[in-house]
Amino acid sequence: MKLTVNGVAHDVDVEEDMPLLWVLRDELKLDGPKYGCGVAACGACTVHVGGVAVRSCQTLVGDVDGPVTTIEGLGNPDEMHAVQAAWLKHQVAQCGYCQGGQMMQAADLLSNNPNPTDEDIDDAMSGNLCRCGTYPRIRDAVKSAAKNLQVS
Amino acid sequence: MGRIGTIARRSFLVGSAALLGGVAFGYYMYKQPVDNPLDDDLAQGEAALTPYVLINADGVTLITPRADMGQGAYSVQAALIAEELDIELDQINVDPGPPSAAYWNTAIADEGVPFPSTDRGMAAETMRGFMGAVIKLMGMQITGGSTTVPDGFEKLRVAGAVARETLKAAAAEMSNLTITQLKTERGAVVLPDGKRIPYEALAAKAAEIEPVTDVAPRPSTQWRLVGKPMQRVDMVSKSTGTQSYGIDMRMEGMVHAAVRVNPRKGGEVISFDATDAEVMRGVQKVIPVAGGVGAIADNTWRAFQAVDAIEVEWGAAPYPAEQSEHWQVLADTIDAGDADATPRDDGDVDGLATTVEVEFRAPYLAHAPLEPMNATVLVTDDRVDVWTGNQIPRMTQSSVAKMTGVDVDDVHVHILMMGGSFGHRLEDEVVKRATELAMAMKGTPVKLTYKREEDTLQDFTRPLALMRGRGAVADGKVTAMEIKVASPSIMDSQMVERQGFPVPGPDTTITQALWDQPYAIPNYRVTGYRAPKLGPVSSWRSVGASQNGFFHENFLNTLIHAAGADPVEERLRLMTDDPSRKTLEAVAEMSGWGGELAANKARGVAFCLSFGTPCAQIIEITNGEDGIKLDKVWVAAEVGKVVDPVNFENLVAGGVIWGLGHAINSQITYADGRTEQENFWDFEGLRNYQTPEIIVRGLENRDYVTGVGEPPVPPAAPALAEAIFRATGERPTEMPFGERFGFV
Ligand code: FES
Ligand code: FES
Repeated sequence: MKLTVNGVAHDVDVEEDMPLLWVLRDELKLDGPKYGCGVAACGACTVHVGGVAVRSCQTLVGDVDGPVTTIEGLGNPDEMHAVQAAWLKHQVAQCGYCQGGQMMQAADLLSNNPNPTDEDIDDAMSGNLCRCGTYPRIRDAVKSAAKNLQVS
Repeated sequence: MGRIGTIARRSFLVGSAALLGGVAFGYYMYKQPVDNPLDDDLAQGEAALTPYVLINADGVTLITPRADMGQGAYSVQAALIAEELDIELDQINVDPGPPSAAYWNTAIADEGVPFPSTDRGMAAETMRGFMGAVIKLMGMQITGGSTTVPDGFEKLRVAGAVARETLKAAAAEMSNLTITQLKTERGAVVLPDGKRIPYEALAAKAAEIEPVTDVAPRPSTQWRLVGKPMQRVDMVSKSTGTQSYGIDMRMEGMVHAAVRVNPRKGGEVISFDATDAEVMRGVQKVIPVAGGVGAIADNTWRAFQAVDAIEVEWGAAPYPAEQSEHWQVLADTIDAGDADATPRDDGDVDGLATTVEVEFRAPYLAHAPLEPMNATVLVTDDRVDVWTGNQIPRMTQSSVAKMTGVDVDDVHVHILMMGGSFGHRLEDEVVKRATELAMAMKGTPVKLTYKREEDTLQDFTRPLALMRGRGAVADGKVTAMEIKVASPSIMDSQMVERQGFPVPGPDTTITQALWDQPYAIPNYRVTGYRAPKLGPVSSWRSVGASQNGFFHENFLNTLIHAAGADPVEERLRLMTDDPSRKTLEAVAEMSGWGGELAANKARGVAFCLSFGTPCAQIIEITNGEDGIKLDKVWVAAEVGKVVDPVNFENLVAGGVIWGLGHAINSQITYADGRTEQENFWDFEGLRNYQTPEIIVRGLENRDYVTGVGEPPVPPAAPALAEAIFRATGERPTEMPFGERFGFV
């Protein structure tokens, strides 16, 4: 099965009904997407397929119909995406386990809605659970990323 | 020097030692021949030393022995050392203690134990059954977040100062100058002519000379780091998805495993049929484990699929099967009248005419950190390695040694970054299950990952608790308050049953944060009742204070209302502790308490002193058409010194969110002997859309330092209950409030 992840083409030999999350983590050794619930209830596994945020734990690899981007492909410590830079600036993370998924969701939100209101942020981000309770900083970071994206 | 001197003398053999071309500073003696009567219990390896500062050709590594569950423990510990060492946080490596280099393992036999010696002493005491120590041990363990700073505030700075002065002495000797001519900054000793000698270049020399131990940490006026906003050392990795956690452990030849253990916790496996599972793709083996079954596969998902395909007949639960029976046991326990402890009994509660009676309940709750339980174990004939994120590596080490028959010194526990804990990682059942699997897969590393459902079903929850209150008011004042509280014992379940440590005496977690509140109510009694064993229970963020803060303050608010008094004013009148009073005054001032509110808005207040930290909260809500909306929370906490204001604010807000989320949305209930809730769709805490604005203030009105990982949790629920009462005329008596009240 062919799969393009973060711009790299892969050929993976797995069951069609294996969730994308486990193909990324266990077959392609990309640990950015996290396992939190497996049932699309937490958002820790969020990646982009064809530029759209999806829960990779509930996306069967056989159904993937576009290039996949994980948090590793969004940006890296040397070259951060605006969302990552905002997350760093606001020091959003506590345990950090949810944050890859949060950032992927936020990047998707901002690509569709460059100037989200509080309500837009709540709507887009409420599927992403943070057990440490970093929501106030997530809101601030999304807004500051929005600002930076508009400027640049 | 005073207290520092005492610390240095008694528990802190400060020195240095050469380690393969490097030097380690800030030795911490575990073995205390003079002061510690428990030496005889300590094995040879326990005389080991843990350094806080390691310098070699690779650079400067600060050892941060407190585990990090997300509370920023690594950063705060590093900052305390770096403050004195004159090095910046971006110049150092931080290591939780067990670095991988081989020399480290041999030089420090017990490196896997992230406890300072005080904890170690207590762990030893626990084993000997010293009651007071058990409570303290529990306090230390359960408050990873709340004790890291108080425990390390002086010790870590002393360690940094010793290292700095010794490096200067080394530089003086090398350059033929006197120490007073030298300065230190940014990881180097600076000579009078401006020449810089990096610490790395001084390591070998420093290891040869006598360490300079006659040091005192700098006065607060000279602090560069402490008290200023810092960037946490894990912030870049956690902002880019590059932080690795226990669940990301990967090794050559590693296999993946899953288990299903009897959801009737502690029940047995009557029979199982793995015929289907065994032939599934990638499945290597099906292995029975204690109370359940496990599967080994070449991929996590395949292992999950395999255990789900095993047909198992489960035995009965060793506790009542239905939730209503659990509540009945608590009621019966109070009715039977056999007190576990009466830690407070002022005035005459019995002789008063009762004007108010209440009954409140708090449910079982799961910890549910976002990273599910996991552990990687490699068993060989003479050595076991465990990689996991947990807070009790010492107990884990001894459990694994017992299970495998491998000498305890040859069991190496490597602590990895944790995706949250909230107390869940004070348990190590996942390591025990992984060890069973790894014993059947000798020579092959086995990574066991719990499915989320397994994590929830097998969790050792917060105890459920039942509180009955009687109180009286007169002349606009609260005059009597009697609290009886019953719950199953955390000590019995966690320490005695699962860790095998006897815990004599009362279980003080049952009455935690009820008896020691700083109120001078003239007639005031608190009695705890220890229920017989129910569902297995454990420490949950803020432990007994999580339910008792709700009980105490919801009751006090009830009485204050009956007295017709103002809940802030009456508390201030009753308070006996000045820093507590200032904490409450702070939130009143921050929120403009007493001002006019719009018709559909209401506010509530609560206070709780827990883990030594007074914390007060005021919440404002809107009672709208769609339900109750949480608008805004003001919170103040007294900690003596806010080490890092940025992290402080995050932790406090997170604690409030934790308290509110579970208060309105979450419970664990039993049916047919098993937990009814399985995943985040039926156990979720707070989500973004329900989160209020939170305004945090840290107070520094005391000369000692306390922690803040847990204290913001207890006041959140009762403050909200009071606001709901004022908005609706009905007082919540039972969590989760969402069962009775509608929320946006
Ligand atoms: S793991 Fe996919 S949404 Fe939770
Ligand atoms: S930072 Fe821990 S779950 Fe979000």
